[in-house]
Amino acid sequence: MSFTSLTASEIAAKVRSKEMKAEAVATAYLDRIKVLDPKIKAFNEVFAERAIAQAKAVDVRIEKGDASGALVGVPIAIKDNMLIRGEHCTCSSKILEGFVGTYDATVIRKLRAAGAVFLGRTNLDEFAMGSSTENSAFHTTRNPWDTTRIPGGSSGGSAASVAARMAPLALGSDTGGSIRQPAALCGILGFKPTYGRVSRFGLIAFASSLDQIGPFATTAKDAALLLQVIAGQDDRDSTSVNQSVPDYVTGLEKSLKGLRIGLPKEYFISGTDPEIDKAVREAIKVLESFGATTREISLPNTDHCLSVYYILAPSEASSNLSRFDGVRYGRRAKDVENLLELYEKSRGEGFGPEVKRRIMIGTYALSSGYYDAYYAKAQKVRTLVKQDFDKAFKEVDVIATPTSPSPAFKIGEKSSDPLQMYLSDIFTISCNLAGLPGLSLPCGFTKAKLPIGLQLLGRPFEEGTLLSAAHHYEQAQSWNKEAPKIAL
Amino acid sequence: MAITKKDVEHVARLARLALSEEEKERYTQQLGTILTYIEKMSALDTKNVPPTSHVLPLSNVWREDKMEASTSATLGSPEEILANAPEHEGPLFKVNKVIE
Repeated sequence: MSFTSLTASEIAAKVRSKEMKAEAVATAYLDRIKVLDPKIKAFNEVFAERAIAQAKAVDVRIEKGDASGALVGVPIAIKDNMLIRGEHCTCSSKILEGFVGTYDATVIRKLRAAGAVFLGRTNLDEFAMGSSTENSAFHTTRNPWDTTRIPGGSSGGSAASVAARMAPLALGSDTGGSIRQPAALCGILGFKPTYGRVSRFGLIAFASSLDQIGPFATTAKDAALLLQVIAGQDDRDSTSVNQSVPDYVTGLEKSLKGLRIGLPKEYFISGTDPEIDKAVREAIKVLESFGATTREISLPNTDHCLSVYYILAPSEASSNLSRFDGVRYGRRAKDVENLLELYEKSRGEGFGPEVKRRIMIGTYALSSGYYDAYYAKAQKVRTLVKQDFDKAFKEVDVIATPTSPSPAFKIGEKSSDPLQMYLSDIFTISCNLAGLPGLSLPCGFTKAKLPIGLQLLGRPFEEGTLLSAAHHYEQAQSWNKEAPKIAL
Repeated sequence: MAITKKDVEHVARLARLALSEEEKERYTQQLGTILTYIEKMSALDTKNVPPTSHVLPLSNVWREDKMEASTSATLGSPEEILANAPEHEGPLFKVNKVIE
C-alpha cells in the first residue's frame, strides 16, 4: 500500500506508533506533487525542503517519546490566503507580490502544535472572489477528473490537491461556497463550520461577516479530526465563539435514527442538472435507510440570497481591501506624482478584473445616496433569510440540497459573464448569510464521470450532526473512495 | 439601474482605483447588469425588519488592561513587518510628500 492512499487518520496512527516515518510520508506526497501538479496546478508554491524539515522534526519528537498531536506527520495543503510565518502569502493576487507572513494564523499555529506538515500554498480565485480559480492572477487550477474543466472555487487549489491525492487534507475558506462548491466539483468532502467556530485570525479577510475556514478531506473522519484541531474560541478573533468543542471523531458513530431531514423545495428546481437532482435524491434515500426521516420544507426568501450576497460581500470587501494601497506591503506603482496617485495606480495595477469589479459594486452600494437602497436593504433581507432557517430548524435537524446546480464547467465557459459565474453559487450562499455549518460530500458522478456533491446544512454549532450523517453515508456508499484516473 | 460612465469614474475615485478607458466602459455595462439583477430584492417589504450585520449575538469582549509579554511572536517583529514595505526609512513607512 502506498502512503498516498492512506487517510489522514491512518497516517497519524502509523506515524504515532512509529510504523512509518513522517519524513517518508512527506517525501511520498512531495514526489507525487512533482509528477502530478504540472498537470493540475493546484499549488502556488510547494514547500519541499521546508516540509521535509518539518516532518523530520516531528520524527525527532516522536523518537524522544512525545507522540502527542492529533495530526502527527500528516501532510496538509494550505489555501494561499492564510498566513504562515516566514512564507509568502499572495491571495493569488499581484498586489501581494513579495509579501511574507510575519506571524502564524491561529489555524496554522494549532496545526503546528498537532504535528501537521505543511506541503505548500494552494491556488485560489484572487482574494477568494470566484467559483473556478480562473480569477487567480497566476494560473487556473485544473479539475483532476477532467483537466479541461475548472475545479470550482475559490478554494480550487486545495480541493484539487486532495482530489488528486497530492495531500490527504487541505484547508480552505468559505465566504459564499468557496469550500463546498469546489469539494463537490472535485468529488471530495468539504466543510464550512458555523461562523465563529474557527478563528479567522491570520486569514486575509474577504467579507468578515461571512468568511470561515474549514477542512477538505476524503472521509468524514478525517474532516472531523482536522476540525477538532482548528476549532475553538480565540482571543485574537473577537467573532470566534466561546462554545465548547465536542469530540467530533467519537460523535461520528451517533445514530441517525430519528434525524429529521428537510428538503427545501426552492433548492430542487428545474434549473438543476437532472443527473445531479437524481444523485442527490438517491443519497438522501441512503440516509433514510439509517433511520432518518425526510419532509419537504420551504425557505421562501431563497430567491433573494444571491442579491443579498452580492451587495454585502462586495461591500465588506471594498472596506477590507482598502488596506492594499502600496504603503505597508505588496506592490507599489512606479513613477507616481503624489500620494493619491500612488494609491490609485498601485491598486489599479495590482488588483485583477473581478476584484476591481467587486470593489466597485461594494463602494457603489455603500456610497452616499445608495446606502439605504442597497446595503441597508440587503442587511434587512439577510434577516429574512436567517428567519427562514430559524423556522425550518424548528421542524428539521438537517437540510439537504444539491451543492451545485451543475457539474464542473469548462475552463473559459463562464469567464466572460460575471452574472452567470455568480449563479453557480446559488445553493451555497444562504449558509454563509445565516452563519450555519454546511458540508458537501461526494454522492455520485454524471455520465461524463464528473463528481456530484450533496450539501447538508445544520443548526449553528451542530457540526457533529453533519459529520455523523456523512460518516454513515460513507459506510453505505464508496463514492468518496474513488480517485480520478490521473491520480491512480 | 442604469449606470453611467460618470458614475463609474466617481465610484473608482472613492475606491482609489485607477481604471483604464476600456475598464470604465466594461464596468459601466457590467455594473448595470449586476445591479439590475440585485434590484429584485427591492420588491420585498422590509419595513419592520431589523438589519443583520452579524449572525452571532456577540457583545464586546473585555480583558484586563495589562501588557502581554511580547507581540513579536504573534504579530511579527518591527523588522519583519518593515521588510514587507515597498519603501521604508528607519522605522517608518515612506510615501510621497503629503502636504504641498
